[in-house]
Order: sequence, then structure tokens, then C-alpha cells
Amino acid sequence: METALQSCLFLLMLNNLLMLGSTRIMWLIRFTAFQGILLAGMLLTMEHALLAAAVLLIKGALLPGLLWRTRNRLHSHHRMRPRMHVAVGVLAGMGGLVLSLWLEARLFTLPALFPPLLLPTALTTLFCGLILVVGRTTALAQVIGYLVAENGIFLLGMPLMTAGTTWFELALLLDVFVAVFVMGIAINHIGNTFESIDVGRFRSLRD
Amino acid sequence: MLEALLFLPLGAGCIILLGTKAMCRVLLPLTALGHTALAAWTTYAVGTGAEPRAMNGLLAPDPLGALFLMLASLLFLAASIYAVYYLREEDRLEVHADIHGGPGFTNAPQRRLAACLCFFLSSMTLVTTTPHLGALWVGIEGTTLSSAPLIYFHRHQRSLEATWKYLIICSVGIALAMVGNILLSVAFYTPEGMTAMVEGMDQLGWFVSHARAGEETWLKAAYIFLLVGYGTKMGLAPLHNWLPDAHSQAPSLVSALLSGALLNCALLGILRGHQIMLAAGLGGFSGGLLSFFGLISLVTAAIFIVGQGHYKRMLAYSSVEHMGILALGIGVGGLAVSGAMLHAVCHSLTKCMLFLLSGNILARYHTFSSYDVRGMRWTMPITGALWMAGFLAVAGSPPFGIFISEFIIFKGMLAADSPLLAAAYLLALAVIFVGLSVAVLRMVQGNRPTDMPQTLREPLLSVLPPLVLGLAVLTLGLWIPDWLWNFLRKGAALVGG
Repeated sequence: METALQSCLFLLMLNNLLMLGSTRIMWLIRFTAFQGILLAGMLLTMEHALLAAAVLLIKGALLPGLLWRTRNRLHSHHRMRPRMHVAVGVLAGMGGLVLSLWLEARLFTLPALFPPLLLPTALTTLFCGLILVVGRTTALAQVIGYLVAENGIFLLGMPLMTAGTTWFELALLLDVFVAVFVMGIAINHIGNTFESIDVGRFRSLRD
Repeated sequence: MLEALLFLPLGAGCIILLGTKAMCRVLLPLTALGHTALAAWTTYAVGTGAEPRAMNGLLAPDPLGALFLMLASLLFLAASIYAVYYLREEDRLEVHADIHGGPGFTNAPQRRLAACLCFFLSSMTLVTTTPHLGALWVGIEGTTLSSAPLIYFHRHQRSLEATWKYLIICSVGIALAMVGNILLSVAFYTPEGMTAMVEGMDQLGWFVSHARAGEETWLKAAYIFLLVGYGTKMGLAPLHNWLPDAHSQAPSLVSALLSGALLNCALLGILRGHQIMLAAGLGGFSGGLLSFFGLISLVTAAIFIVGQGHYKRMLAYSSVEHMGILALGIGVGGLAVSGAMLHAVCHSLTKCMLFLLSGNILARYHTFSSYDVRGMRWTMPITGALWMAGFLAVAGSPPFGIFISEFIIFKGMLAADSPLLAAAYLLALAVIFVGLSVAVLRMVQGNRPTDMPQTLREPLLSVLPPLVLGLAVLTLGLWIPDWLWNFLRKGAALVGG
């Protein structure tokens, strides 16, 4: 079980960097789905079967499906224009990874609580999500960034989950699902109103 | 009864969503009335020392929560009465012309607005009544999701832009607050402790009573994340970017609720963290951070209010200012905390009043620019007089309640031996007073505009809610009832007052 968990964490770390390097929405959505599957796998190794099933359903299938549907409705912009060069994004992600490893070494962690590699992976995922939100101008890529950041936070909270609070984690998942749903609707409106989902065009509200 | 408080607006929202336009205009004020009655009962019970609990302790308001619950409920009542007038007027307009000369726009269905208002109230009820920090987080996320369609009621480009900013900035902010919650649990982690924790829902009570056992570094890290996360939603500078956009683009009654009620709910999230830090003996750290962000907000608001030509954005920056004052008051501690509690009450009432009035002005003048609004004392005398009174109240002039609360906070700063902070506070308030007065006086005074119809009456429903709110703030400036002051003191005692 321990090896399976470590493999999942390693794959997640790799997945994060690949996301930062991809410029096609299609691939970003696939990587998001893969993240959901990896999170479900990790929950399974920690013996939270019910939650693993819910995560697989919501983060692995429903949310990527929703993003896929939104992308197809827009019929355009399969390639995204990042605010900064892709290489800068990947480098920032690597910087996040180094920072996370440094933080893990610095912080007084509780060995019984966090399995090895979990804390830096969770923090790196959070950083990568934030880099996607800030670094991309496409509304859909920003939503994916939000989802990746949420995944990092979910992973961070995973060791604290106990049987008694499972219902609460489910409520959390549902909240994220509704959030992405609302954002998906907003993206559709943005696509219709601006004929593009490039939020770099949002310039009318400034002081 | 507490369950009814939570589920009444939720159920009403579902019915309204499926119902007709006429139904939503009847059900909305009725729901608000019912909710206010239940909230008053709850607040009375908490004030007399009873400890109402429901749903296995998931809902168990303390004086602090009950205070914000009552405020949210009262403001919702005022906004829902105004909504009856507002929705009727929107119905009457056949073509919605864009104020900035863009293409005409349509509105979202009215029942969706009314239903989302109800869901918004339900989320705020959860936030204010729960002692479970996770449920509080879910409630705050719920307020974001239910208020996003409210901001996008007028479907034009600018409101869509504001909605998107609001959704992304607040969602990422709240996600960071979740990290704060997780780190808080890590700080208290012991295998036995976690077992004890899951037995009840009173997470806050457990954290406070075991605060000394928390690991200091993790507690500090947790508080920083909570402050940044909920601070984004509360509009503390420099995390306030979404606030002027959303408040200026939303329908006025929605802006009133966002500013008067929602910001208080986000503040409550920060106060919960502050409560734990105080119990852990780290009150100096959390109070210092609050004071720092409070001062930054005050200065930022002062910079942006001076010369602000968009009167709804001006009100939004005034909210940033008052959130800064609240953070400062609580950060300083002692007497200033009681002042901050009174300030929260007076600010909510005043800001709701002003935003509702801004809706009247917008409907009559069709402009957001304070430079283009002239002679309000001729064209709309009641709104003009109330707008002037509201300005005096929000700028902290006597005899209104905000003057008293700002003065108590000032006294608290002197008592806490922070003369420099007190001087900076007074300077910022003076600059804001001047900035506000220039715009407001320009709008109210001036000659009677010749191009406007002279005979338009002001509908009762459009001026009654702001009038009542204004009278309440005036009363609080002249006389604070003992029971209210005692209640505020009880709330303040929980956060170091």
C-alpha cells in the first residue's frame, strides 16, 4: 500500500509539471481527469473506499466531462495564449516544488500524520494551480487551475480524514462541483458575449 | 427552530425557482419576515444566556454569530421590500439601454434573482450559526456561488466581467482559507485528540478549550491562511480587487446585501481564527496582523475615494474603509472591540441604506457618474435628503451611530497606547470625509435639471426601507439601549473585548 501511495504521489507531481507545459485545453482536461483518478487511488490506499468512489466519480469523470462539454460548445480556441511563456510557467512550477521540499524540511511535521512526500506534493499541486490561474488568460484554463489548487488542498487534508468526517468531505466535493458548474455557465456566457474566452480582454472595470 | 432558520429560505428559494414572477414578489418578503422573526427569537435566546442547538450541534450560535445573523436578516428584510419595487420597475422597462452606450441588454429571469437571494440568505445563516469551521467554510463558499448569479442579473459585458472576477478571486481566496482550516487541525493533531474532536460538531469550542495544546508554528501559519482567505472575501486591501467591480455592477439591492451582510460573514471567519489565537496566547500575533491589514485598507480606501467619479464604486471603497476600521478595532483589542461590534451594526445599516438609495438615483438619472447627477434636492427630495443623511452617517459625523463607534475605537487605540496608529486612523478618516463630501454635495446641490420630468413621485417602497435604516442609525447615535450594548459586549468578550 505504501508503495502504491508513493507511486501515485510521484505521478501526481509529474502530472502537475506536464499541465504547466501544455498549451492545449484538450490535454489540460485529460490531465485534470488523471489527477482525479490518482486522488481516488490514494484514498483507496488509505482505506477510504466510499470517498474514493465519490472522488473518482466527481473529480475523475463529472468535472472533466463538464469541462469537455464547455470546450466543445465554444468550438474555438483549442490553443491557449498564456500570459507568460510556457517555459516560465514550468520553471515557476519547479520553483514551487523546490519551495515545498524546503518547507517540508523546515516545518515541524508530525511523522505519524503525513506519509513521506505527501506534504510537498500537496503544496506543489496548490502552487501549480495558482500558477495556472494567474498565468493563463483563458477562462477555461483558469477554472482548471482552480480545480488543481483544490486538488492540492484536498490532498493536504487527506491524512486528517477519519471515518466520522467522511460526510463532510463529501459536502466539500459537492461544493467544488457546484463551483465548477457555476463557472462553466459563466464561461458559456463569456463565450457568447465576448465571442472569446480570453479574459485578457476584460478591461472595462478599472479605476 | 434553528433548523427552520436554515431551511426556510432554502425551501422558499426552491419554490420560487419553480414558481411564477408574481409568486416570487410575494414569497420573497414573506420569507424575509419569517426569517427575521426566527432570527430575533434566536438572538433573544442567545442574549438571555440560553444555548440553542440543533442538528447534533451543527447549528449552535454564540453572541457573535447571533449578532451577524440578526444583521443579515434585517438587511435582507429591507432589501426584499425594496426588491418588490425594483422587480416591478424592471418589468415595466421594455428596453434596457446600456448606460455606457453599448448594446442593449436583457435581465436574467426574475425568479432566478429571487431564488438566489433566498439561497444567499440560507448560506449566510449557516455561516453565522455554526461552530463547525468546515461548515462555516461550506457556507462562505455557498454565499459566493449563490451571489454570482445575482451580480450577473443585468446581462451585459461589464456585469459579466465583474461576476467572473468575483468568482475566480473569491473561490481561490476561500480555497486558501480551507488550507488554514487544515493547518489548524494539523496544529492540534494527536490521535486521541482527533477522536475526541469528531464526537461533536462544536469544533470551535474544542479548539478554544484545547488552544494551549496547539503547536505554535502551525497555528500561526493557519491563521495567516485564514486571514488571507477570508480577508479576500471581506475586501481587506490589497485583496479587495473584486469588491468595487462586483458592488458597482450588481443590482443595488444585491450590492446592499453584499456590502452590509456578506462582508460581515467573511469577517466572522477571521474572528473565529482570532478567537483560537487569543485562547492560545497568540492574540498579539493575530491582532497585529489584523491591525496591519486594517490600516492598509483604510489608506487604500482613502486613496481611491478621493476623486472617485463613479458613485457606486465610491460606496464600495467606503466598504473597504469600514472593513479596515473593523479589523483595526478588533486588532487593537480591549475597549476598541466593543466599538468594532457597534461599528459593524451601524455600518451594515448605513451601507444598505446608501446602496438602496443609489439604486433610486440610477433609475432616475441613468448614470453612474457623480459628475452627471445634479440637483437631487429638486428632482427627488426624499432620496436626496436621505442620501445626504447617509453620507453624514457613513463619514462618521455626529449624531449618527458610526460617529460613536469610531470614537470608541479611537479611545480604544489611545487606551492601548498606540498614539501613532490613532493619528494615522484620524488622518485617513479626515481624507475620506473630504473625498466623500465633494461627490455627495455635488450630487445633492445644484440647479434643477431642465431636461428631467418634474412630476415624478418617489414610490413609497423605494424610500421606505432606506428611511427606516437611516432612522435606526440615527437612533443608535443618540441612544444605545442597554440590552443592545450588553449584547455587543458579550460578542466583544469572545474576541478579546
